[in-house]
Amino acid sequence: MAPPADALAHLTEISSQIDAAVVLDREGTVVAATVDDERAGRMAGAALELFRRADEQREQELVQLDAALEGGSVFVVRDADRLIAATTRSEPTVGLVFYDLKSCLRSLGEAPAEKPKPKPKRAPAKRRTTTPRSRTTTRKKKDESG
Amino acid sequence: MRAARALAVGAALGSAAGAIFLRRRSRSRDRVALYFDDGSLVTVAKGQPEGERLLAPARELLAAARG
Repeated sequence: MAPPADALAHLTEISSQIDAAVVLDREGTVVAATVDDERAGRMAGAALELFRRADEQREQELVQLDAALEGGSVFVVRDADRLIAATTRSEPTVGLVFYDLKSCLRSLGEAPAEKPKPKPKRAPAKRRTTTPRSRTTTRKKKDESG
Repeated sequence: MRAARALAVGAALGSAAGAIFLRRRSRSRDRVALYFDDGSLVTVAKGQPEGERLLAPARELLAAARG
């Protein structure tokens, strides 16, 4: 699982449209944020309230929302047990922001990629002697053996 | 000839002014779009019964992010 702070850092790195973002659980506890604690707490409280009110609109479960406001837009996306809330400038590319926020949430739930085990180091191969065998082999002459 | 030209210029200016007006009007119209798990989308705009109930925390969220 990617640490939440890393996932948010990656999010703001890839998406130039997102000004601020906060990851929270279903109780409103801040998991990670791109802003200071005080602002993150206020953002989380407002995001949770907005999501709860919006979820009451229908019997179906709410998965995401965006609000276009004077001066900017806000987005809230729900995962299994987490929410991510983000703010952008006015008239953002809505689909792209949703995609980035979902990717961020997904990365928080993913198992970490296993690091490949380092290959055991081979013992250095013995150097073959490059000296050519002497061609002057000493063969025993038949006549010498007797 | 002169009257026709004046009419054309007037129509062009009028349509440009109308476009600017409509654009500003649509920009200032706050709205919330809700996406549900069955694929349905509900849009609630300022002035609708549920509008202010949803827009208030949305504005609070934006204000909190801006500090």
